[in-house]
Amino acid sequence: MSQGKNVQRTLCIIAVGSALFWSGLGYAMDASDAPEVITMDSLENHYDPVEFNHLEHTEMAACTDCHHHTLGIPPTNESCVKCHENSPEADVLSCGDCHLTDRFGIEALATLDDPQLYHRGTPGLKGAYHLNCVGCHQEVGGPIGCEDCHTMKDAGKKMFKAGKYAPVSKGEKGGH
Amino acid sequence: MKNKIINRRNFIKGGLGGAVVASQLKGKESQAAGAFDHYPDSMGVLVDVTRCVGCRSCEAACNQEQGLPEPEKPFNDYSVFDEVHPHGGHGREERRTTEYNYTIVNKYNVPGVDHPLFRKIQCNHCLEPACLTSCFVNAYSKTPEGAVVYDPTVCVGCRTCMIACPFYVPTFKYGSAFKPRIMKCVFCHETRLKEGRPPACVEICPQEALTFGKRTDLLEMAKSRIRSNPDKYVDHIYGEKEAGGTAWLYLSPVEFDKVGFDVHVPHEPVINFVRDFLSIVPMVLLIWPALFTGFHLLSNRKDAKSQHDEDNQEV
Repeated sequence: MSQGKNVQRTLCIIAVGSALFWSGLGYAMDASDAPEVITMDSLENHYDPVEFNHLEHTEMAACTDCHHHTLGIPPTNESCVKCHENSPEADVLSCGDCHLTDRFGIEALATLDDPQLYHRGTPGLKGAYHLNCVGCHQEVGGPIGCEDCHTMKDAGKKMFKAGKYAPVSKGEKGGH
Repeated sequence: MKNKIINRRNFIKGGLGGAVVASQLKGKESQAAGAFDHYPDSMGVLVDVTRCVGCRSCEAACNQEQGLPEPEKPFNDYSVFDEVHPHGGHGREERRTTEYNYTIVNKYNVPGVDHPLFRKIQCNHCLEPACLTSCFVNAYSKTPEGAVVYDPTVCVGCRTCMIACPFYVPTFKYGSAFKPRIMKCVFCHETRLKEGRPPACVEICPQEALTFGKRTDLLEMAKSRIRSNPDKYVDHIYGEKEAGGTAWLYLSPVEFDKVGFDVHVPHEPVINFVRDFLSIVPMVLLIWPALFTGFHLLSNRKDAKSQHDEDNQEV
């Protein structure tokens, strides 16, 4: 009799627990909803686009590592939690929706004239990618060299004086 | 008669009072001329040493933007960080700006830091530039946008600016001594800054180690970065006060002298150290010659007179 009661209680706990678990996930996006590969081409002037394997990275990092508070999951950073503990899932989720491509353009800089603006140092898209990606890669031992991720286009080689544009004269240049 | 005296007295009183007021006014004016109030909306760049990864993209972009000569090595050749340059600035044997490059990045292995640190060097675009104040042909100007620009057409090649600069930035094109040309970073003023666009180095920087904006906003941003990450940064903004304030500002994770900064640069503009001296130059040049010529003539007159007397006695 007491054994049957225990089983009943256990089942009840599992039911309630799983209900809570699934409802918990209900408001958050599932990793499987996300695109498998994202093509990043904001540096297309000098480099070929980067094929970012999003799916692979969801297995290595927490969603909030990149999507700070926009997935409906409370952020881990203490300062962010103060305002964003209960932030719902945002309408827009890609990096470029918040991190501007033209970070130092006249319009973007004019937004700083608003004294009410709280996030005053939000990096631009390129800065956000690199600060987050390289920062994490340094910690976990991922590739960190420029050309580990980016293949240089001809225009890039021309700017870096690399490849066929490499300097030929090796003459000593002194003076200052 | 009485009226006349009173009038005269009043006139003298008034005259004296006026003179006092005038001298006070003059004092205020000269003070105002001394303390330049800076351009309030001038732009600057905040350099965050914690973010720089030493990719040298800024060097490459600068070379292309400014049409500078071909470098010795490609900009993605990182062996330059290990080069030894006996004539580096501040007695350090490291790379410095030359007539071939307006900006360079140096690498520092700092004990206690598990990865190398990188620091970019270019003109800091001082609020009261020593190069500008030292130049007697006014080849330099500080634009309202924040750049310190140079006009080669009036330069006589005296290179005083090179000695005046506390950051060892201006360099001389020795290959063109008869057509003097100082080479230094101009904040991409002509091609970008005056249209409100960031300089080429800022635009190319992948890590956003360089942040472009109004100097006042950048100072605020820098303080906020220090406040939110007190363990990550040294509590100092290099350039906020150095040399009287510079448009380019720096944040560092270690003491600034460990990443190549001269921490002995005074907090006053360089002009303040020579202002008193310069104010006596006109006096020395204009009054002294007249005064000493007078003395000379007087003493000669005395000699001539005694000579004349002696001659008379002999006769």
